[in-house]
Amino acid sequence: MSKTIKQLSVFIENREGRLNEVLGLLGKNDVNIVALSLADTEDFGMLRMIVSDPEKGREILKSAEITAKLTEVVAMQVSHASGSLAKAMEKIVDGNINIEYMYAFANGDAASVILKSDNPQKVVEILETNGFKVWEADEAYKANQ
Amino acid sequence: MTAIPKEQWKERIRDPKIECASRDEMTALQSERLVETVKRVYENVEFYRKKMDDLGVLPGDIKGIEDIGKLPFTTKEDLRDHYPFKLLAVPNERIARVQGTSGTTGKLTVVPYTQRDVDIWGECVARALTMAGLTKEDRIHICYGYGLFTGGMGLDLGVQALGAMAIPMSSGNTKRQMTCMEDFEATAFACTPSYALHLAESMVEEGVVDRLKIRAGIHGAEPWTQEMRKKIESILHINCFDIYGLCEISGPGVAMDCIHQKGLHVYEDYFYPEVLNPVTHEACADGETGELVFTTLMKEALPLLRYRTKDLTDITHGTCDCGRTLPRISKFRGRTDDMKVIRGVNVFPTQVETALLAMGTVAPHYLLIVERENNLDVLTVMVEVDEHYFSDEIRKLDELKTKVGNVLKAALGVSVRVKLVEPKTIERSEGKAKRVIDKRDLS
Repeated sequence: MSKTIKQLSVFIENREGRLNEVLGLLGKNDVNIVALSLADTEDFGMLRMIVSDPEKGREILKSAEITAKLTEVVAMQVSHASGSLAKAMEKIVDGNINIEYMYAFANGDAASVILKSDNPQKVVEILETNGFKVWEADEAYKANQ
Repeated sequence: MTAIPKEQWKERIRDPKIECASRDEMTALQSERLVETVKRVYENVEFYRKKMDDLGVLPGDIKGIEDIGKLPFTTKEDLRDHYPFKLLAVPNERIARVQGTSGTTGKLTVVPYTQRDVDIWGECVARALTMAGLTKEDRIHICYGYGLFTGGMGLDLGVQALGAMAIPMSSGNTKRQMTCMEDFEATAFACTPSYALHLAESMVEEGVVDRLKIRAGIHGAEPWTQEMRKKIESILHINCFDIYGLCEISGPGVAMDCIHQKGLHVYEDYFYPEVLNPVTHEACADGETGELVFTTLMKEALPLLRYRTKDLTDITHGTCDCGRTLPRISKFRGRTDDMKVIRGVNVFPTQVETALLAMGTVAPHYLLIVERENNLDVLTVMVEVDEHYFSDEIRKLDELKTKVGNVLKAALGVSVRVKLVEPKTIERSEGKAKRVIDKRDLS
């Protein structure tokens, strides 16, 4: 079982309706979005998603000539207790890992954080040795379903 | 197919007596033809009679090609002012056909041909196709547009003269182009370089490249770079050739490059080339950049004296490695009217293309937008990002943007705003590529 998961990253031009097109395509093809983050810059947006079937999602977008790729990330489970995320981050920093970006999603009573780093395997190792739980890929793709 | 390396190339020359003539033989032929042409236009075309009278030049003053500098110029505006047939040098009934410009830079220009003009045009294209190694055994897929535009018809005439098989596809419908190319076992294809690249990319996507018999590509009608040529050649495993022409002079087949790619050989027995300083109109030395000017030496219906092409190039005389003595013009450095003056700096779209391709990170599809903000010219370049270079990290895309900006600034000498766009968002041309949009209101 893979402890790292595949994020679907999509390049979105800043023009009317583009985001809608991407989301519409995924929906129409039964690719469910589990978690999502949208970053925007002056001329383009970056859509990052955890979906039910990342390979299928990428194929669908590719055939519609939308630039998308799969990125390896880690999904960490965090309890709803103050300071728990900070504690995890401290351990990652101690391990000399650089976090590029992160975003959170809620699932039921718990919360989860998607972490993109330069060394996902090591992040998994650090988190697990310190008692944190990470999502396994197959579970993560089906979270909230 | 596999591209043939220069070392293994077997050069074919359709008309060695002309294409490999000595300078003296060529000068004698050109002189004889120029004297005859000048006499004919003076007698039959009021426009030229008036112009020559104004300059105080009589046909008798033109004794040979060395006197060409005494003759008046002709511009595109002159052709438009005499639309459609006021410059005709033969009776109306001798016109066999008309062709015209694509009209991209303004009003339509119409060019009449007699049957002999048409035959010579075909002969020139046949020489060009031979230069690309093609023979009567070949099947040539023509995806230049057919119609008033000279691309489709010109190639067709050349294929006929060569005795090869023509596949008259015209432009558009990329899927069907691929099907016919494969099913009819085409061995060469002809179209604009931007469409060739579009076709090549589509062929890769469809996975048909290995099933094709294509070994040569003949591309012209718009400026393209060496990098673009290499890209088409490496995708399709073929040899690509650059063909040049303009309808005012005849059409494609005015000049063509050989396997050695040392410039485009001008068929100077029919079209006499001069390269002139655009400001002083004095002849440039070999290798010096100036405006290309043509005088037709055999045209019957529309003979033109010193027609200013607005194409910037330089010329080299001397024998080429292929054995031809025809002078060679360099790949165009742009057109005098494509050139944009941005904050006082001359910018040519081809410079942008060269710089981008040299980086190797972005697709050679770009669009330049020139705007004026607060009385300042602003140049924006839209470039497509290959999937390979797309990153989920914004920082990396920003780095790419900065890098493109720096490379372009170094190449052009002006600052450039870079906008990254998704692949295939910039319109692919099936005719002439639009590379620059000038939104400045300079009136």
